[in-house]
Amino acid sequence: MPDLKLLADVPTADEREAIDVVVGGEAAGDGRVTRSDRTRRHLLLPALRAAQRRVGWVTPGALGYASRRLEIPPAEAYGVATFYALIALEERPADVLHVCTDLCCALAGATVPDGAQPSPCLGLCERAPASLRTVAGPEPREEQIPATGPPLPQTSGLKLLRRIAEGVDPESQPEFVALARARELGPDAVIAAVKASPLLGRGGAAFPTGRKWEAVASQPATPHYLVCNADESEPGTFKDRVIMEQDPFALVESMAIAMYATGCEKGFIYIRAEYPLAQKRIQHAIDASGFDIELRIGAGAYVCGEETALFQSIEGFRGEPRNKPPFPVEVGLFGKPTVVNNVETLVNVPHILLGDDARDTRLFCLSGNVGRPGLYEVELGTPLRDLLELAEAEPAKAVLLGGAAGSFLRPDQLDLELSFDAAREAGVTLGSGVVIVFGENADLVSAVLRIAEFFRDESCGQCVPCRVGTVRQEEALHRLASGRTNGNELAVLADLEQVMRDASICGLGQTAASAVTSAMKNLGVLA
Amino acid sequence: MIELTVDGQAVQVEEGSTILDACRRVEIDTPTLCYGDTLTPVNVCRVCVVELEGARTLVPSCSRKAEDGMVVRTDSERVRTSRRLVLELLGSSVNLSTAPEALAYIEQYDAEPDRFGADSLTVAQAVKVDNDLYVRDYSKCILCYKCVEACGVDHQNTFAIAVAGRGFGAHISTELDVPLPESACVYCGNCIAVCPTGALMATSEFELREAGTWKEEEQEEVDTVCPYCGVGCNLTMHVQEGQIVKVTSPDDHDVTLGNLCIKGRFGYRYVQNK
Repeated sequence: MPDLKLLADVPTADEREAIDVVVGGEAAGDGRVTRSDRTRRHLLLPALRAAQRRVGWVTPGALGYASRRLEIPPAEAYGVATFYALIALEERPADVLHVCTDLCCALAGATVPDGAQPSPCLGLCERAPASLRTVAGPEPREEQIPATGPPLPQTSGLKLLRRIAEGVDPESQPEFVALARARELGPDAVIAAVKASPLLGRGGAAFPTGRKWEAVASQPATPHYLVCNADESEPGTFKDRVIMEQDPFALVESMAIAMYATGCEKGFIYIRAEYPLAQKRIQHAIDASGFDIELRIGAGAYVCGEETALFQSIEGFRGEPRNKPPFPVEVGLFGKPTVVNNVETLVNVPHILLGDDARDTRLFCLSGNVGRPGLYEVELGTPLRDLLELAEAEPAKAVLLGGAAGSFLRPDQLDLELSFDAAREAGVTLGSGVVIVFGENADLVSAVLRIAEFFRDESCGQCVPCRVGTVRQEEALHRLASGRTNGNELAVLADLEQVMRDASICGLGQTAASAVTSAMKNLGVLA
Repeated sequence: MIELTVDGQAVQVEEGSTILDACRRVEIDTPTLCYGDTLTPVNVCRVCVVELEGARTLVPSCSRKAEDGMVVRTDSERVRTSRRLVLELLGSSVNLSTAPEALAYIEQYDAEPDRFGADSLTVAQAVKVDNDLYVRDYSKCILCYKCVEACGVDHQNTFAIAVAGRGFGAHISTELDVPLPESACVYCGNCIAVCPTGALMATSEFELREAGTWKEEEQEEVDTVCPYCGVGCNLTMHVQEGQIVKVTSPDDHDVTLGNLCIKGRFGYRYVQNK
């Protein structure tokens, strides 16, 4: 191979076979990389994942083989592999238990047994405490523990969750009525209908979906891509998982509509590694429907939920967010115009086209000290207090709205209307629909420290404000919590909040102090 | 031409210019650390941020393209605060003792890297000395990505190093952290040429500094042309007490853009053989 110095380590036959499934078999001959191998860097993460699922970790031999087959400099492949928390570069047992120690599971008393790995939120908050077991071998598998959660708490008044409440079979393909309707209307009319609807993105940024679609549809550069962002990793969020696990055909149909309307040649769905059942069900729905959609699986990196980091991850690079502009509608996946939508956003579209339910509803993930945790669907504008009553929440000393990147509310702020406008006016965010209830006995100091730890762990490390700021934030909070203060922590934290919000590259750093600051200002925690 | 306003002054720049270009056009002092004249901007250090009217956050001037009608402020309290904090965060975590530019900015922005306390986590670690030609002291690394860019597609296309790890643990590494002689490194030293903090340093300079005999202010710079091949790279010999102690090439030399090969950068000892 020209110009690349490779690792001397060789893969085992098992590793070679596992990687070959992803990258294709090696032609007999001198082992040289052929021309067609050269643009396949995007297969790096799938190849590393395959090797690890086979033998339990990524050995130097497997790393070297993946580098050679994909013609990636080994130093870069190593840089990618070390980026992801779920890729192990040191030998470990084939059977690993990842125990969630995040906010909801901590409230439920999670403890990490010897030999287990602590994990950030696994998105199983309605069945906390939860864990994920990964078993490598000839027949690798991943298990969510507990395997099932409580049924949907609501049975009526639902739109996005109606089919699930009615007990739809997730493995049986329904008639794609909305897609047929889209084809009758034609792409322009579909976009017009979405634009005329009140639909705003549900991933956290609340951008008007129709405008995004129109922007991509009008781009002269081709091909266009659709990316469904299912890297749902905001602590306390599990809404997209429930949809993917229980009504996967609704999502693939919605993706097909989006692709049709915006002229996308191909769609990708990026699901976090921690969601094995969602991956299985979505893959089944893709195979059954025959749409040109490819499933990509993450490897443990919250930041990859940031849309441009997600592109980098699919393309085989470290999941480091890109600077914007240019925006994905112009320069997105593989540098092409890209529609990137959240799962919940997309599954709204069939209802818009069919006109079967004009209510603008929103999914909320209720967890923590509530009697009936789970996924709720209410109309935008519903008071938070009503939602808490539905979930039989305990009397709360605080509610975390929007996740680790959101804000803590006081008991007297719970009449907040759950709408984008009301949230903005109150200086909070609905984010990804997280509502975590902290009851009278909850330990808010621990929660604040856990959030600070989360951001320090999940910072990609690219920009200074976030890479060092999240560390200094955590240090200052620990000093306050332990009473060993330097006397200037409050000023330091205020400065860190400002520099991270103002000067970080992406939303992770920009919101890394949000919940912490709200806990201090709003609740007086550590203040 | 594009016309924008920077700190109240109208500035005209060519299409494709950045806000930083516009600032420099009107001699507005703008700090930069990860920016390099000959490298693709990565905008990671965030010390060059400016306030752009209509933008929610500050924007990196080194990579943000200038647009007609932009209104930019570089002298606001908001800009100063972010720049000061970036310098404090770097100064509190990295050894900047051989980074004169960063030290000057720290003074200029009244940054106090010590304010986070003595227990602050740093990137302190042992110096990597694994070859005869240059050392890597990553306790001085601000992770500006310049060496990775110089080793990669921007200059050398050798790809011996990359950023590995994540968050505060992100660092520059060879594959599996193997020593340089086992890596793809070709010892061109172009990473040393772009390093803004002295984390990468020719062994000749490193040893003199260790011995306390590095006297930069007394050194003479002598320009010549590399004698090895027909390319004709300009060399700047840094001479101290009659001895060559370092070789560089000017960034603005249109043949090298500051780059050399192993022979040009390190193959000078024969000159001094007597």
